[in-house]
Amino acid sequence: MGLLFSIFTFIILLAIAFIGAYVEGLHYLFGIVLPYIAFAVFIIGIVVRIIKWAQSPVPFRITTTCGQQRSLDFIKQNKIDNPFTGLQTFIRMFFEIILFRSLFRNTKAGIKENKLTYGANKWLWLFSIVFHYSFLIIVLRHFRFFTEPVPSFVPFIQEIDGFFQIGLPIIYLTTIGITVGLLYLLARRIFDNQVRYISLASDYLPLFLILSIAITGILMRHFFKVDLTPVKQLTLSILSFQPILPADVNPIFYIHLFFVCTLLIYFPMSKLVHMPGIFLSPTRNLANNNRAKRHINPWNSDFKMHYHTYEEYEDEFREVMRDVGLPLEKEEKNVD
Amino acid sequence: MYDGWKIILGIIIFLVVFTIPLWLNIANKADTSIPELVLPTDYKECIAPRDYMRAYHMDILDEWRDKVVRQDIRMFKFKDQVVEMSLTKTCMKCHDSKQNFCDRCHNYFGVKPYCWDCHVAPEEVKKKFATREDLNRLNEDTENNNSVRR
Amino acid sequence: MSIKMTREELAASINYKFPKTNWMDTPVVFKKGTYNNAAVPDSITYVNQPNPRKWQPYEDDWKLPENWQTIILEGLRERLHKFRSLKLFMDICVRCGACADKCHFYLGSGDPKNMPVLRAELLRAVYRKDFTTAGKLMGKIAGARELTFDVLKEWFYYFYQCTQCRRCSVFCPYGIDTAEITFIARELMNLIGVNIDWVMTPVANSHRTGNHLGIQPHGFVDSIEFAVDDLEEITGIRVQAPINKKGAEVLFVTPSADYFGEPHYYTLLGYLALFHEVGLDYTWSTYASEGGNFGSFVSHELMKVLNAKIYAEAKRLKVKWIIGGECGHMWRVLHQYMDTLNGPADFLETPVSPITGTKFEHARSTKMIHITEFTADLIRHNKIKLDPSRNDHWHATFHDSCNPARAIGLFEEPRYILKHVLNKFTEMPDNTIREQTFCCGSGAGLGTEENFEMRMRGGFPRANAAKYVNEKYGVNVVACICAIDKATLVPLFNYWVPGLEVAGVHEFVGNALVMKGEKPRELDMRQQPLHGKEEESKNV
Repeated sequence: MGLLFSIFTFIILLAIAFIGAYVEGLHYLFGIVLPYIAFAVFIIGIVVRIIKWAQSPVPFRITTTCGQQRSLDFIKQNKIDNPFTGLQTFIRMFFEIILFRSLFRNTKAGIKENKLTYGANKWLWLFSIVFHYSFLIIVLRHFRFFTEPVPSFVPFIQEIDGFFQIGLPIIYLTTIGITVGLLYLLARRIFDNQVRYISLASDYLPLFLILSIAITGILMRHFFKVDLTPVKQLTLSILSFQPILPADVNPIFYIHLFFVCTLLIYFPMSKLVHMPGIFLSPTRNLANNNRAKRHINPWNSDFKMHYHTYEEYEDEFREVMRDVGLPLEKEEKNVD
Repeated sequence: MYDGWKIILGIIIFLVVFTIPLWLNIANKADTSIPELVLPTDYKECIAPRDYMRAYHMDILDEWRDKVVRQDIRMFKFKDQVVEMSLTKTCMKCHDSKQNFCDRCHNYFGVKPYCWDCHVAPEEVKKKFATREDLNRLNEDTENNNSVRR
Repeated sequence: MSIKMTREELAASINYKFPKTNWMDTPVVFKKGTYNNAAVPDSITYVNQPNPRKWQPYEDDWKLPENWQTIILEGLRERLHKFRSLKLFMDICVRCGACADKCHFYLGSGDPKNMPVLRAELLRAVYRKDFTTAGKLMGKIAGARELTFDVLKEWFYYFYQCTQCRRCSVFCPYGIDTAEITFIARELMNLIGVNIDWVMTPVANSHRTGNHLGIQPHGFVDSIEFAVDDLEEITGIRVQAPINKKGAEVLFVTPSADYFGEPHYYTLLGYLALFHEVGLDYTWSTYASEGGNFGSFVSHELMKVLNAKIYAEAKRLKVKWIIGGECGHMWRVLHQYMDTLNGPADFLETPVSPITGTKFEHARSTKMIHITEFTADLIRHNKIKLDPSRNDHWHATFHDSCNPARAIGLFEEPRYILKHVLNKFTEMPDNTIREQTFCCGSGAGLGTEENFEMRMRGGFPRANAAKYVNEKYGVNVVACICAIDKATLVPLFNYWVPGLEVAGVHEFVGNALVMKGEKPRELDMRQQPLHGKEEESKNV
């Protein structure tokens, strides 16, 4: 059901994209107004989301420890998976964000003749890495459309990305990477029973969106080639807040741009906020030095319930305590 | 807000990273004018319409390269003319300056075509022999400079 | 044992197929043996919690307050403001499925709602419905659903089918911790009096008497004296076991099961022998006679009030620092919550071992160390004489208890001890130990008779790994440092791996410890002959 709804939503979006691309009178709306709105929604949406998270405190330090703690000097601490200091925590987060370290642990459990088996399962990790890094590099490559002059890192990235010089224009590795990565992620949502069962419409939609961005990009580069001059004129004019709408922009570009804008708008209200969210994850971004450094809970005094004090306890059990010879606090007073 | 300075630092980094193009353009005083191409004056017609050439010139060059180098087919018919399939002899006969024609757009888009891995651009040959004044007359006399390394 | 299925039948009944219906349309079935009894009103009343009444989960009327939905939703709103973890975990899950087959309850039951992701979705769906625009507008298709009585039933069933072991959070790429979600969901249910007896009655007991079992001071004294007698019988030495002694250097707190349960009791004998041998100036407390904290299975507030006794007693008795015994969730509370909830412990000193001089800097704020940290340090400094051959009738493996593993990272300390007190030690497979350890299946208050089938299912992955080393290497005892483990692994192994025993680390320490002036040892802590037991266990 989620899949069907996603496809349905996607078809509507596609129809809108086509209308925007082929009805000339709408070009100003789709080429200039929408990008501004999308970018603003994206930036403000993410900042608002982060602030909303930040408005709640982290009352307890609930690090998930995945390695040996620091305790006795003859026992070697696992500094990455069980950080004790800020620097170690930084390194843990660095690996988490740069290498998806936790996902790398992934295993696949199965049951065979009443016995459980566990195998390494790195595919999800591999394709996630391929997808995310391809996406990142593609965005960086797009700086050639965002800035004038083109920053020097762009040709450098292009050279590495196009190392194999296949085709003309060269087919980038990341072009293949993002496509294959997305197709894998989509395929497992559709064909893996386990993942299909947990998937919501909002799990398919981002895949469709990003996939259509990638496909329109590939079409423009390799199949229906687009004169890029008006495209860059448009992007540059938008980015320098002096919007100009060039006349001869290829319609495919408008479709590409529409999906990018949709993704930007959808981003802050969807699960895609895992991007900023991971930085705030309290099981990962806190040092496991609980016993060395007291963590403060700002609302600790909200707990109103009173604990059962020793005095109350002794009052109830004084007789039996005296009988078994336990020392008492109030004994003398009673004697007096 | 809790963990204020960390959150604010994070938000600042986010804002800076995602708006870098804005700042780069301001710093570079980028204008929105498109690159100006110096077009030949003596010739009126290219082998294909302008819009097609803008988007697909690399396909034509790629095809020419393959035909000439791999199949030894050297001539290309368009309309009633027959021209040699040659970047330097045919294309650059009219578009006679790499700097003022090819590079204008390629630099604008950060594209580094590998034509010049093998071909020597006419200007560069000229640079070896000519003075600065000669360079200024570049557009005027390209016909003699079709020395091509094949 | 309240289960009719044989272990073969139970294992064969596990499959990972999915129902035809969407999980939102698959109602919960309260099958006997897979859920816990509701809390009795007296216990709820004793700790002043809401809505005490007689009810049972299988009944149609749970006698909820009329506005129960509002109470829960308001409670959720409040907690979203109080816990960044909750807010974040509601928003950032991408349903990648990495957690799905990491949960022991899913592996043992095949019930898709035991996949951590769906367990969390139970709460997330309600969150979406009432706290997100998409959920309000689009409902089910946006993964939102209204909090109905049927949803509440699912909450009760599945949030009391999570042992808060945090194995899933190890694998989650965003560190989403289902224990945190379960924790808050149980807290919400507690607001309308939906909770279980095996949690609430121990909470009430602990509040009143200082321990879950409701043992009163004289009972406690009897137990300890009994243990001193037993230890004398075994070693020939009568040890001192001071209780409520003011001015002692160290307060010792351990789960109450240690002085009442088996095989916990043998661990207790180990503590007594060790403390005597190194001449530690310590005291027991009748008032803080519980390290465990069942309050932590129902709400942060109850966790706090039960935990408060430890520091309060340390202050009253004017000790310098505290040692905690072998217990799992107790150590989650002590390590990650105590200092924050009931600190600062500025009336105590940074723990320094009086025997080795080691300063436990990593506990400089909380001022409480784990018994295995204390003992490992003693062994390292050669302060105790050990004869590991006295444990030669044992071939041990070590079961990392969830909380010390994934909330502290206490992996090497117990192993260091075991390797010095035992000659035969073999690890279980890598995917089942250390940070990937499997829960006993009965933690977080689920260790009841009425929940027996689900416990056997939840413990299946652990039993499976133990069975592997039992069959392949002849391992005949599983060492652990958790009182719930000791209580529940025994029936678990009886069911899945008959003949496999369970023991605390300090039971082996007690056996191996060569005490000054002891009589020649003939019996181990279980009062079984030191040698000759090997033949028996091999035959099983």
